[in-house]
Amino acid sequence: MTTGSDTRARAERLWARAGGGDGGPRLTRLQRLAARFGRGAVIGVPYLWLLLFFLLPFLIVLKISFAEFRIGVPPYTPLLEWLEGGYLQIRLALGNYLFLGQDPLYISAYLSSLKVAAVSTLIALFIGYPMAYAIARASPSWRAVFLLLVILPFWTSFLIRVYAWIGILKNNGLINNALMALGLIDDPLPLLNTEISLYVGIVYSYLPFMVLPLYATLEKMDVSLIEAAADLGCRPLRVFLTVTLPLSMPGIVAGSMLVFIPAVGEFVIPDLLGGADTLMIGKVLWSEFFTNRDWPVASAVAIAMLVLLVIPIVIFQHYQQRQAERAEET
Amino acid sequence: MRARPLFLPSALALGLTFLYAPILLLVLFSFNESRLVTVWGGFSLKWYGALFRNEQMLEAALVSLRIATTSATLATVLGTLAALILVRFGRFRGRLLFTGMITAPLVMPEVITGLSLLLLFVSLETTLGWPSGRGVDTIIIAHTTFCTAYVAVVVQSRLGGLDRSVEEAAMDLGARPLKAFLVITLPMLAPALVSGWLLSFTLSLDDLVIASFVAGPASTTLPMVVFSSVRLGVTPEINALATLLVLVATVTILVAAAVLWRQERGQR
Repeated sequence: MTTGSDTRARAERLWARAGGGDGGPRLTRLQRLAARFGRGAVIGVPYLWLLLFFLLPFLIVLKISFAEFRIGVPPYTPLLEWLEGGYLQIRLALGNYLFLGQDPLYISAYLSSLKVAAVSTLIALFIGYPMAYAIARASPSWRAVFLLLVILPFWTSFLIRVYAWIGILKNNGLINNALMALGLIDDPLPLLNTEISLYVGIVYSYLPFMVLPLYATLEKMDVSLIEAAADLGCRPLRVFLTVTLPLSMPGIVAGSMLVFIPAVGEFVIPDLLGGADTLMIGKVLWSEFFTNRDWPVASAVAIAMLVLLVIPIVIFQHYQQRQAERAEET
Repeated sequence: MRARPLFLPSALALGLTFLYAPILLLVLFSFNESRLVTVWGGFSLKWYGALFRNEQMLEAALVSLRIATTSATLATVLGTLAALILVRFGRFRGRLLFTGMITAPLVMPEVITGLSLLLLFVSLETTLGWPSGRGVDTIIIAHTTFCTAYVAVVVQSRLGGLDRSVEEAAMDLGARPLKAFLVITLPMLAPALVSGWLLSFTLSLDDLVIASFVAGPASTTLPMVVFSSVRLGVTPEINALATLLVLVATVTILVAAAVLWRQERGQR
């Protein structure tokens, strides 16, 4: 007996044990029809779920952003109304968007959200890149340990990790107590509810999102390219700038998007760690909704935020798709 | 070249210290006798006692666990189907939209997701009469939706690296696609399904923003209680809760990692 038929016999036995039928591929037309129907059903279930609970909600937000606020249930005016005599009235109120454009509060909130997110992304990149590089160059067993250490905080509560910084940064918190005990300062430094605490909170919370995609590209990188450049007399800094950095670009882009996009709309961190004068668009949306109960304006704020984020989201998706395709090829 | 071997390990050490110091301090001060969160007043377990007598907190924890279990299970099913579609089904009409809807929730700001789902539920209620009011069910739907995206990514990467020949052999021997999937593919995907489920469970248990939007009066989750008490000021009870959560997460992750490591080694 040849090895080939051996394998086949083993597979047959395995298949029989698994309760399979006895014979080769005998698909009747009915079965083929069933297979096609099955394929449609497999696609249909998650597709419908996402259409209903992900895409449709955005269309509704868009719709309500053109409505007007009123007191009642629901607290907005209908866009379409049947008038007497069978006329259909369509009323698009652009007022919410004009309001956003005119009130300096919203514009500065958008601008400062973008600034805070961009600066936090840069800081996270500067801290995360050497970490990811060090992990990628560690021995395989240490690599697993370090990766686990980077991922672990992500599994503990986000809210509680933000809360931890309050105890560290507040006026009678750990840092100020330590500095005063050492006699370096007489009065506590204002750390909590400032820009510093805001940046610390965002960078701290999102750092693992930066490290992981960076690690993924750095680990796959061909080390011989770096060695070759070094052998040819290239200085370490130049090797880094001309070889390592360009090759790790996909990781930099993915990590930056994973930090930047959620940071723009962040609510919890500016609320707990930011100051009273910290303007971030996520916080504005929250108070527009929960405090002012103005759903149409909150919707307009959300749509305007989405418009800002469309480009980074498309970049991220493009990258994700390329990653998935590469995974399929290998 | 000489500066580098020192620079990288120290950067890693500093980075990990940055990640872990706050968590370790939280754990340390949960055993503090003093009410002041930052002054050490001797060892005590009294904040754990206070935590377990706090009925509002316990009730919210039960609600959160219920939501997290259900939505993690639903998301694992939907996410696995989605991953299967993305990796195995080739081209079909609407594929681009599908990939978009799968990856977008990963980065979507939570305030937008929360607001949009709330408005959906309100519109459905006024037009169809369902869901009547908001509560645990609406939070489960919301959490399932964004967790599905995470499960899809985790399962997708495992499915992409899977050896297809075993599955093909089964189909050559007459297994229908569904059977081949259930008997062959699904067991091979098990590690990804477990980590997808655990990830969804954690994300659901942790979510404050989306749940706040879609919650009803009778469905206060644990993060909502934590958030409102943190807003009022720092209390050592939260430290005790944090310690318990960190402990559970660490033990789960270590066990999962050990199991996976053994399995991988067994396969080789």
